[in-house]
Amino acid sequence: MKYMHLIWASLFRRKTRTILTLVSIVAAFLLFGLLDAVRTSFEQAGQSANGAQRLQTGSRLSFIQALPQSLGARIQQVPGVKAVTYANWFGGAYQDPHNQIFSFAVAPNYLDLYPEMSVSDAERKAFADTRTGVLVGEGLMQRFHWKVGERVPMQSTIFPDRSGSKNWVFDISGVIHSADKKGAGFFDQLMLLHWSYFDDTTPYNRGQAGWYVTRVTDVNQADAVAKAIDALSANSDHETRTQTEQAATASWVKQFANVGLIVTSVMGAVFFTLMLLSGNTMMQAVRERTNELAVLKTIGFSGTSLLAMVLAESALLLVLGGVIGILLAEPLIPAISKASRGMVAPSPVSLGSWGEGLALMLLIALLVGALPAWRAMRLNIVDALARR
Amino acid sequence: MKIGMILLLVLLVLVTLVAWVLLPWQGALGLAVLVGAWLASTRPGRRAASVSAVGISTLGQRLGSSAVIVVGIAGVVGVLVAMLAMAEGYGEMLRKTGSADTAIVLRGASSAEVTSGLDRDSIVQIAQTPGIARDARGEPLASPELVVAANLPLKDATGDEQGSVQLRGVSDAAWAVRPQVRVVDGQRFKPGLRQLLVGRGAARQFAGLVPGHDIRLGSQTWTVAGVFASGDALESEIWADADVVAGTYERGSSRNSVTVRLADARGFAAFKAALDANPQLKIDASTTIDYFSKQSEGMSTFIRAIGIIIGGIMAVGAMFGALNTMFAAVAARAREIATLRAIGFAGLPVVVAILLETMLLALAGGVLGGALAWLLFNGYAASTMAAGSVGKLSFELHVTAGVLWQGLKWALAIGFIGGLFPAVRAATMPVTTALREL
Repeated sequence: MKYMHLIWASLFRRKTRTILTLVSIVAAFLLFGLLDAVRTSFEQAGQSANGAQRLQTGSRLSFIQALPQSLGARIQQVPGVKAVTYANWFGGAYQDPHNQIFSFAVAPNYLDLYPEMSVSDAERKAFADTRTGVLVGEGLMQRFHWKVGERVPMQSTIFPDRSGSKNWVFDISGVIHSADKKGAGFFDQLMLLHWSYFDDTTPYNRGQAGWYVTRVTDVNQADAVAKAIDALSANSDHETRTQTEQAATASWVKQFANVGLIVTSVMGAVFFTLMLLSGNTMMQAVRERTNELAVLKTIGFSGTSLLAMVLAESALLLVLGGVIGILLAEPLIPAISKASRGMVAPSPVSLGSWGEGLALMLLIALLVGALPAWRAMRLNIVDALARR
Repeated sequence: MKIGMILLLVLLVLVTLVAWVLLPWQGALGLAVLVGAWLASTRPGRRAASVSAVGISTLGQRLGSSAVIVVGIAGVVGVLVAMLAMAEGYGEMLRKTGSADTAIVLRGASSAEVTSGLDRDSIVQIAQTPGIARDARGEPLASPELVVAANLPLKDATGDEQGSVQLRGVSDAAWAVRPQVRVVDGQRFKPGLRQLLVGRGAARQFAGLVPGHDIRLGSQTWTVAGVFASGDALESEIWADADVVAGTYERGSSRNSVTVRLADARGFAAFKAALDANPQLKIDASTTIDYFSKQSEGMSTFIRAIGIIIGGIMAVGAMFGALNTMFAAVAARAREIATLRAIGFAGLPVVVAILLETMLLALAGGVLGGALAWLLFNGYAASTMAAGSVGKLSFELHVTAGVLWQGLKWALAIGFIGGLFPAVRAATMPVTTALREL
């Protein structure tokens, strides 16, 4: 530690070079921070404690097939089930059919099963009292500059009303705030309407539920409960498939893209480049200082302490740039979530990512510092001072 | 360097970049020819050429630091080209599915086939609309089709993981409307039976889609009769008899869409006008090429945006790497450059020479990155949940000439910025200082 000053001074001996290298390192770790956040969010999709307690029951045939409403009461009877709710995909769009919104027609107790969504008591009551009421996620409100109490025209891309028109009108009763501010992505963009209003208005639903959501009393019994629920409709014409929300989300995400593979290959390309770059900088730095290193050796520094100093210098360079890069990624993450309208909702940089990032910084520092450090250690004083 | 000078340079860089982005390849070629002519025929040009020749001939001695530019830029271009190729391949797969001489009719205000629904009467009326081609027996070539989703086990599944595949219920007319569909293994399904004809792409992704094999859809058992190929997005689907599918999914006599073959390739406007003139129909018609292009737009833009963001951040890294290398190169040659200026060379040839050297390295990086991306990813099979469909769409990455050109443009832009600042520093450094500097 007492040589810190010396290491710092030698690192910034050539300011331009060090700063230019730093910017490259910052860019690489900024990318690392962002991509790792995306990867984590995809990996952890649905993996919250709440997600493990909830089961999703859908038609075994396909996700577009609805289930009879009578099933709800029977699921409620299954031992280990605490609460059951149901919802339908509404397929809402605002202004343009391609401007789609996550919108569900939900049962009255839907919010009870999702403690992640918080709605004020007054607004929740207003929603319950308004047949055409909707609850809208905070982000969605901002996106379209909506206000509570406003009447908004929507289209359903799937369900017409009895006259055949796909135009629906809703009154905004309240705002859904996400309990967890950071990972708000999905709930932020959600719109919930009354299932009863939906079912009354469209002739195509005929009292069916799109899927059931069940909260289990004991997480460890979740698999057994899921099997028991599927057994209810075995061999009927509406067989079900029940999964924990965790498993359902994971397999859904996987259908969109193999995010892990993409991220890993991009990061591979980035870090390979980075190693070459900072390695080059370190080589230059040590080559330039051959003289000084020789002087240090002359006044009694051992070969190993020179080795340690060069390695420390390269570690300092990488860690400095890397930490700045990941810190820069933090404020950008919510911006990405916003820009993609919840399609990609990276989670904030986790402790695990920080750990991985730091490990990467040190590893790269070791790799790029090794050769110059070795040279510094083996330096022959006479040759170096004579510039041979 | 003075602050005002730097600001001026940054401004110049911005203007150049905007112009560069807008420049088509013909323009770039013209520019290259102009620069070449200037180098070969004018006095300052020939001087610049000779200074660059010296720089380039010493590249071998600076292999390590030159490699930083080449590899850095190759990385950027490789990633960018791969992402753009993905967007390209995806869009192409959907666009290929459509053609100008077939039209698809959906219920009004439907964003996609799967969310549309047409009743029996509408279907009959649509089929009788003038402008549709007719077969040898005088029947209109109109194929009412049912589109639903089916859950099937994935090939690379862990546990009992399932994926969604688009199941299309068709009648005999489908074969005439879609002549690109041909059976490559087994045979077509038999009408009235629970048999499937599966697309080649679907067979690649889902387990058990082999002719003769039985699979379960919900509580029913279906037999795979054959495999078809069509070279487009349909390949990711599985097909069966529309009436049998309607029974399984309780759709009665309603269908999702009607696809028709037009009598005349330019007859769409007339066909649409005839449909719109029918007061009993509430429908939207578009040519299939329009329909599928629109479906692919959102996702293609999304993939492209991701590629450009990632590529952009990487480009910043590579650019500073290039700056670093070139500043070092200029510093190493400071005496030599100062000598040139002392004996009467103007600043311009020096600037041009260093820019040329950097951009040459950048070009090498761009070519390397593009070539790597082409080798590794051209034809690479990917799949995603397609917009406007309910099944996984398998497609191949396609590294097109346009995509490669885009990558080269980025490479040259990075090289330009990376070389400009060191070049200007070399040209403006006071000769006396430079000559004294070690």
